[in-house]
Amino acid sequence: MIEFESVTKRYDDGTVAVDGLSLVAANGEITVLVGPSGCGKTTSLRMINRTIDVTSGTISVDGQDIASTDAVTLRRNIGYVIQHAGLFPHRTIVDNIATVPHLLGWDKKRSKGVALELMERVGLSTALATRYPAQLSGGQQQRVGVARALAADPPMLLMDEPFSAVDPVVRESLQDEFLRLQQELGKTIVFVTHDIDEAIKLGDQVAVMQVGGTLAQFAPPAELLSKPANDFVAGFIGRDRGYRGLSFVGAEGLPVHERSTVAVGASEDDVRQATGDDDHVLVLDTERHPVGWLPVNGQADISPERLLALGTTFTPAQTLRAALDGALASPTGEAVCVDGDGRFVGVVSHGEIAEHLQTAGRQAG
Amino acid sequence: MTLFNELVAFLSESANWSGSRGIPVRIGEHVLYTVVALAAAFAVAFPIGLLIGHTGRGAFLAINIGNAARAVPTFGVLILVVLLAGLGFLPVLVALVILGIPPILTSTYAGIRGVEGSTVIAARSMGMTERNMLLKVELPIALPTVIAGLRSATLQIVSTATIAAYVALGGLGRFVIDGQQQRDYGKMAAGAVLVAALAIAFDLLWGLVDRVVVSPGVSGRLPRTRRARDADSPPPTTGTTPTDPLTPEPAGRPT
Amino acid sequence: MDWEWISSNTGEIGGLLGDHIYLAIVPIVAGLVVALVVGALGVRFPRLYPPIVALSSTFYTIPSLALFVIMPGLISTQILDPINVIIALTIYSASLLVRNVMDGLRATSPEVRQSALSMGYTPIRQLWEIDLPIAMPLVFAGLRVATVANISMVSVGALIGVGGLGELFTQGFQRRFYTPLLVGLVLSVLLALLADALLVLLQRWLTPWARLVR
Repeated sequence: MIEFESVTKRYDDGTVAVDGLSLVAANGEITVLVGPSGCGKTTSLRMINRTIDVTSGTISVDGQDIASTDAVTLRRNIGYVIQHAGLFPHRTIVDNIATVPHLLGWDKKRSKGVALELMERVGLSTALATRYPAQLSGGQQQRVGVARALAADPPMLLMDEPFSAVDPVVRESLQDEFLRLQQELGKTIVFVTHDIDEAIKLGDQVAVMQVGGTLAQFAPPAELLSKPANDFVAGFIGRDRGYRGLSFVGAEGLPVHERSTVAVGASEDDVRQATGDDDHVLVLDTERHPVGWLPVNGQADISPERLLALGTTFTPAQTLRAALDGALASPTGEAVCVDGDGRFVGVVSHGEIAEHLQTAGRQAG
Repeated sequence: MTLFNELVAFLSESANWSGSRGIPVRIGEHVLYTVVALAAAFAVAFPIGLLIGHTGRGAFLAINIGNAARAVPTFGVLILVVLLAGLGFLPVLVALVILGIPPILTSTYAGIRGVEGSTVIAARSMGMTERNMLLKVELPIALPTVIAGLRSATLQIVSTATIAAYVALGGLGRFVIDGQQQRDYGKMAAGAVLVAALAIAFDLLWGLVDRVVVSPGVSGRLPRTRRARDADSPPPTTGTTPTDPLTPEPAGRPT
Repeated sequence: MDWEWISSNTGEIGGLLGDHIYLAIVPIVAGLVVALVVGALGVRFPRLYPPIVALSSTFYTIPSLALFVIMPGLISTQILDPINVIIALTIYSASLLVRNVMDGLRATSPEVRQSALSMGYTPIRQLWEIDLPIAMPLVFAGLRVATVANISMVSVGALIGVGGLGELFTQGFQRRFYTPLLVGLVLSVLLALLADALLVLLQRWLTPWARLVR
């Protein structure tokens, strides 16, 4: 656990970088510090491993005030990942990863074994072990940076914009793998970013900081989106926060209902009878898996070429965002809900999703 | 420190400050040799450096002449030229010019080559003639490097002119060589101190020239503008790298 | 070219060559040590940087013959003592190298520096294991220039009786005799080229990461 208690950082020239920051980064969670440049997020991070000194207030790690610890020992017990990875250009990949074990005086064989294991863990081929950083792509270097931070198996990690120097596609996959890795490792992580999407995607708790180094809001991502504490937070999250907020509401409460269906191979009469006044009918296969939409328009031609794509389906275990995606992609404006085995359960229209969201929002508020 | 006292004694003897072998005359000779040799070396090396730098043709020559010149002992070159052409002012001058050429040629070439490709493309795209590009864009940007080459060449020539007293040239080297033969350390040391002072004076002069002729946009000597510091970054712990006008590029070396 | 003179004087030529190597190499090693210490201080204490730069560039400006002659007055040695040449050339080498050392030590990127700090490097250990290796290419660039220049400058020492191959130049001049002059020139150039090539090899061996391209 990392705890900030009214921490302030003031430089000699009077600039206040961090102003009375209090928050707790819980064990095993990812705590994201997010905010525009100049908000003091990196300063806050660097105060944790004492590469920047606190002016007033205290930071404690597992209950112990860091001011009373030896800085070098503290640092060797907290992993650190930086933008551009900060790899040592004169050392091979395996030696870069083994840096902290080397500093801790482990024997070479053990350090190397750990380093090779970590390479695989972060998705790097061990064939790269004897390469130098300059021979790796930006994404690969960033993986090495993560592996290096994990080498001595520290319980805590500090990450300073670790994924912002790579292109969006690589960033996305690095983020996904990072989350997968964290599921296995359960480290206590403080993560700095200026990218609110990244904060919402990765954070268990998100601290939004504003210029002047004050904390605007500290909350889980869903709460941040549904109840921004002030205009700054609302503005920082951006216009489409409502839509993003759907990712945090489950689809299980949606008023899913029956609608007309036909089985594959049904006769024209069956279709006409099933549809009634509707424009489209949903076609299911023999296992009741939805296959597609059939436009009727008065005529009941059921040749397979006329079948319209289903779009995406959702299950009650997914989120409102998945349901809305399905509804928007469907020709009838209805999202198709299936159970865990992919069998048809019912449909829900985007109007109904919106209505549900309003009631859900009122209940939550 | 008797050696030091001898130096002071020589310098405070008024007889040493007058006459055709006095200190002012020797300084004048040394300056004359230096200026004439430097001008001649510049006249030869500068246009060639510009041409090679602009066209990129003959780059091999420009790079290697600088390297080769460093490997050849200047003292040996001086003696070789004198043995070939005989004693006297002109042969020694030829040697000084030869030694002054490589630093100027190499640095002019390097300065012009060092201009960013995008800058050259921009100039060409705006319809500048090759001549205009060279004189109005490339040369002003290359100027600090060109001046660094001139500084190196100046030091080289001042140094070698000192040694040239050994082959019967005038200048401040006379005091060193004559003092050595007469076992007069005061004389030797006076020559050495004066030539050191002269070299430093020339170097300061080049520093001044650099300051006057190089555009502030190129040298980075701009009036300080107050910029709000990013509160996220700690204050700089190391000083900014100063562009120091007093230090020549190691293109050539004094001898 | 008088080949007979060469064959009858190989012993003397070899001796002068040996002196020449000694007079050039000792100052390089000593100058490097001085430059590393002073350079590290100049980087660690930024206030020292400007005076170091000013002093080294002033020393660098003084003609070698002048410095050779001034030495006895400064350090109370005999005028014809080889130590004058060695110390003067040490000053030159250190003056040239200290700039490269400081620039090299400052070449460590802020990310690398922050990483090293955050991983718990002590300052001395960081200097030795991170900053210095990263400074190597620049230090070697300086070493090459200084070595080649030293080999050329040792000859000037012949004017104050300490010259290595430079004595072949004075012999040639005094006797109007080309052979010793040419032998001296060729050996001096070859020595410079050989030393330069050795330094290139040494650098390649010491900095394997520097010659890689992605």
